[in-house]
Amino acid sequence: MGLQDKYKALTDAATAAGISDLAVREQDGILYVDGTAADGATKDNLWDVYNQIDPNFTSGDLVLNVNLSIDAAVTHAKVITKSSNLNIRKGPGTDQPIVGKAAHDEIITLVNRSNALWWLVRTKDGEEGYCYAQYLEAQ
Amino acid sequence: MKTSKFLMSAIIAATLFLVSCSPKDADVQAAIQAKEASGITVAVAKGEVTLTGEVADEAAKAKAEEIAKAEKVAKSVVNNLTVKPVNTPVVIAEDPILVKNVADASKDFPTVKADVKDGVVTLTGEIKKASLITLMQHLSALKPKKIENKLTVK
Repeated sequence: MGLQDKYKALTDAATAAGISDLAVREQDGILYVDGTAADGATKDNLWDVYNQIDPNFTSGDLVLNVNLSIDAAVTHAKVITKSSNLNIRKGPGTDQPIVGKAAHDEIITLVNRSNALWWLVRTKDGEEGYCYAQYLEAQ
Repeated sequence: MKTSKFLMSAIIAATLFLVSCSPKDADVQAAIQAKEASGITVAVAKGEVTLTGEVADEAAKAKAEEIAKAEKVAKSVVNNLTVKPVNTPVVIAEDPILVKNVADASKDFPTVKADVKDGVVTLTGEIKKASLITLMQHLSALKPKKIENKLTVK
């Protein structure tokens, strides 16, 4: 069975969910599914479908890269760690010193999102630095 | 009686005229079809030409329309050709960048060891099932070639 067939339920779900810029490409025996989801629930739903087809993601034959679309006008983000504080660092990288912390569920100000992985933020206490974007949800 | 005969012949004449019209569409269709590139379907109805099918780019689409319009008897041309989407190759992150980003992404999963070689991220160690999706989501955003998941899921 081809990869496109194996993951047909996933690509069908992505199409049905209205994923924009959806690209399904097969290269060197790996399927790459890229796109942009309107919200986190849509993204999580696709990952659930992926987990059903390939339990615990052990096959290593798919790279599912679904980003969340963010309005350019967005100015704030919520900290969506599981429960812990989120480190704010001097520069974009875990090798950078920690300059502050944002609490779980705290709403912080977005200063710059030019780095897709690390967003420059400011807390209400005025601490400014970089946070890992995967733990932030644009508001 | 004479009038009805006249009417009858008029109807027959009209019918013949109409019938003679439709082969003309067929002729136009054949003439344009012969000039168009393969993959393009030409349909003609009452002099109106419709182009359907898939072409490689916008230039080919425009050219197909020109060919149809050049046929004098074609009254109008409806260009329904679609341009084949370009399949750009998948971009894989360079190892030095990937190594740094994987280190950042896996930092919060201390029981996981992540190695990077030639774009392939190999995961060993163990992880809780609830954390696995989060880790996979984070890693998949880094443009790896492949994620080799050898983690023991608890």
